[in-house]
Amino acid sequence: MIDSIRGRSLLSLDELSKEAIVEILDMAESFVEVNRRSIKKVPALKGRVVASLFFEESTRTRLSFETAAKRLSADVLSLAVASSSVKKGESLRDTIATIDALGIDAVVLRHRSSGAALQVSRYVPHVRVINGGDGLHQHPTQGLLDAFTIRQILAERTGTSGLESGTAHFEGLRILIVGDIRHSRVARSDIAAYATLGAHVRVAAPGTLLPEDIATWPVTVATDFDDALAWADVVCLLRLQSERGSGTFVPSLSEFRFTHGLTVARARTLRPETLIMHPGPMNRGVEIDSRVVDSSACVVERQVSNGVPIRMAVLYLTVAGSHEGVQL
Amino acid sequence: MSDIVLRQGLVVGESASNLGDVLIVDGRIAEVGPSIDAPSGATEIDARDCWIGPGFVDLHTHLREPGREAAEDIDSGARAGALGGYTALVAMPNTEPALDNVAMVGYVLERGARSALDIAVAGAITQGRRGELLAPMAEMAALGVRLFTDDGVGVQDPSMMRRALTYAKPLGVRLAQHCEDELLAASGTMNESSFSSHLGLVGRPALAEELMVLRDIELVRLTGAPLHFLHLSTERSVALVAAARGEGLPVTCEVAPHHFTLDESACATYDSVFKVHPPLRTAGDVAALRAALRAGVVDAVATDHAPHAPELKDLAFDEAPAGMLGLEHAASLTAEALGGQADPQRFFQLLSRGPAFIAQLRHGDARVRHSGHGGALARGEDANIVVFDPGVTWTVDRHELASKSRNTPYDGRTMHGRVRATIAKGHLVVSDGILT
Amino acid sequence: MGHEEEPQARQRDLAFTAKSQLLSSDDVARALRRMAHEIVERNHDVSSLSIVGLQTGGKSIASELASLLSEIVGQAVEAGMLDVSFYRDDLSRNPIPTSATTHIDDDLTERTVVLVDDVLYTGRTIRAALNALSDWGRPRAVQLAVLVDRGHRELPIRPDYVGKNLPTSLDEAIVATLDGVWIGTRGPK
Repeated sequence: MIDSIRGRSLLSLDELSKEAIVEILDMAESFVEVNRRSIKKVPALKGRVVASLFFEESTRTRLSFETAAKRLSADVLSLAVASSSVKKGESLRDTIATIDALGIDAVVLRHRSSGAALQVSRYVPHVRVINGGDGLHQHPTQGLLDAFTIRQILAERTGTSGLESGTAHFEGLRILIVGDIRHSRVARSDIAAYATLGAHVRVAAPGTLLPEDIATWPVTVATDFDDALAWADVVCLLRLQSERGSGTFVPSLSEFRFTHGLTVARARTLRPETLIMHPGPMNRGVEIDSRVVDSSACVVERQVSNGVPIRMAVLYLTVAGSHEGVQL
Repeated sequence: MSDIVLRQGLVVGESASNLGDVLIVDGRIAEVGPSIDAPSGATEIDARDCWIGPGFVDLHTHLREPGREAAEDIDSGARAGALGGYTALVAMPNTEPALDNVAMVGYVLERGARSALDIAVAGAITQGRRGELLAPMAEMAALGVRLFTDDGVGVQDPSMMRRALTYAKPLGVRLAQHCEDELLAASGTMNESSFSSHLGLVGRPALAEELMVLRDIELVRLTGAPLHFLHLSTERSVALVAAARGEGLPVTCEVAPHHFTLDESACATYDSVFKVHPPLRTAGDVAALRAALRAGVVDAVATDHAPHAPELKDLAFDEAPAGMLGLEHAASLTAEALGGQADPQRFFQLLSRGPAFIAQLRHGDARVRHSGHGGALARGEDANIVVFDPGVTWTVDRHELASKSRNTPYDGRTMHGRVRATIAKGHLVVSDGILT
Repeated sequence: MGHEEEPQARQRDLAFTAKSQLLSSDDVARALRRMAHEIVERNHDVSSLSIVGLQTGGKSIASELASLLSEIVGQAVEAGMLDVSFYRDDLSRNPIPTSATTHIDDDLTERTVVLVDDVLYTGRTIRAALNALSDWGRPRAVQLAVLVDRGHRELPIRPDYVGKNLPTSLDEAIVATLDGVWIGTRGPK
């Protein structure tokens, strides 16, 4: 168990203790404030180099990370696979070595293979590796910003500060995660964060979208979706990738919506204070109806805006905590 | 709907049988007793020397509608079923187009609602029954479908079957499998043995069926989902399923009358009426299946009623389509197989109560549209009842069938036992052995 | 030369052991009152002042100064808070402090900022504060008020208002709060 990510890589939320997670959430509060200033920049990582390596397409997450690094005054090297030599068969190891030769302090990595972040951290042990999503395995910053968003909103409702509340809002909180758990790295990171912070997590999905060993996970499988919706304080919807919903795992997108979509009718059965979340990008009309997205219970915009402060907190803790070099 | 009273038959309950009368009022059983005062105007049915029991439920009927209405349609199939003592039929999905979506399932349910019997639908497991992509089982289940099968063929790809079982399990429905490995069975037309070799016909080995039975038992073990085995034809298949059930796995099985009555030697005449998948097996298999029926090892008798237009069955053995009729003769053949001291409890368990459980058509099941079947013959139950005379003998004439088709393998055969009356959905549809 | 961190950077690992108390809470109260009067005397228009306490040591002192100023001039004076952690130049050597937040209400352009801290030592924290302030506009002037000046400046920084001058040696440590001022040592827990 890792008690703090200061000076370390962030590969998986499975490895972080409650203290480590709370440290990141608390640090992110400061960066929320920084993001409200007219000059959204602090010199904390001035002179440091952060490389963003996205082997999988993702404009939103990459921009979020790069913005975070720039607001910390770090220099950003950005590698989008399409325009790089990686497509021509250069291996992961060689790509890293090339970039490393330029002297990087941290790399943010997204890759379609599970474990890629861990492998990279072994090739370049002196570099902080931040996992931006590896295959089906983990997406730690998404799990963190989701937890942060929940704490932020629940604290606002009670007129307290998230910072002072620690994990109080999570203890006994009822969180329902719906959709393709089996293929979702976001689900794995979310569940790790929520369970560690003390929440009660249930999952609802068609049988084929649950992993075989779900019985060993720190969650309960909901047998009745509508009962689970009535139970939940927070409903987290996962994206159903169209290739999964075309008959191999689930007969069709319309059947998925029929059994597990958060339709307007189902959304009406939710309690008024229940939060609706989605890591994005959303398939409107599949896992969630358009009108439900636009309702006030849906806090997707907050999740998106919390992405930058959380990533700033992660970069700051992992990079600034290292014991190398002093700059003026 | 007029009142009906059945007089002095052996009323076969779930655990005990008693001589008596049954009164049906407004489509429900109003009273069961040793001697009942019937209201005036009630139709009287003489049930002396007969068994009175819950109407039969066929888990496996090919009604051919839509697509092959020349061979059979929902109405003609229902009439054939009524004559055979059936009050509910489960229509197989290998129609044209297949019953793999709500539109087609809804069509058959609508048409079936207007027929004499309760017509339930088995939806396809995969789109087009091609074995590649899952069919919308949840949407079909919302219409009341409780059984899913690609019958005609089995799901060949084990990973697909595994996913289908995993998907079906939380829906509370049951998958059913036609067990035959396509690659092993290949172009075979009858059982593989020295018979087929002698006749010069390519054989379908017993292993093609038994291997898939083994495979699917293990998939049930892995996924925990229930599975029903369709038309098991060999001694070993039945033994495998019985052993699996003994281990507590949620498996059930059916056997078809032709598999416990006829053996591969019938194919010697090259008459394609004896061509069926899975094929007629050895004499040893037939004996074993009959013993299994008597011992209670088999959960249900199901007809696999497969009508084919005459011109198709007149083709050469290897060119003709496989399948034979069964609705009108299943009960008689079952009574005969159970032997001279046939136990009426076992008879109704195999033909009615067992299948009603598997099809989720019992009174206690959550039925979306159908009435209750396979009951205890208790007051209040829906009137789906058959009066069966186990003692009468008669001869089959293939030209005297209610079915539109003629492909029965029992033409000229002497039958022991016959349906005297059938009450379906509260109406008297067969009386004195003929359609009303 | 390795210096001890300034007291504002609360190191988790080191604990303070007091040797003796140099100022009582009354002494501190008197000193702050005197400083408040000095601030008023020097800045005729108190309404153009922005009192900014440095997290975390200057927080309560700034609040106290602000309420004293309010009493003297008869108008409300608020204190803002500034967390300079992200502006420090010695991040790698010093562990990252637990986060405290910044609350500064207005654009500070053309205002006179009075930075308030508990102890002035090497001057690096004040220099970080000056960097930070530039992100809130361009103040007309910046003045510095500290409860204790313990000497040992490493940068050309000087206070405008001092509660008490306390020469110290490098191996000593100072704790200065509204409850009093102590001198002692810091060591591992």
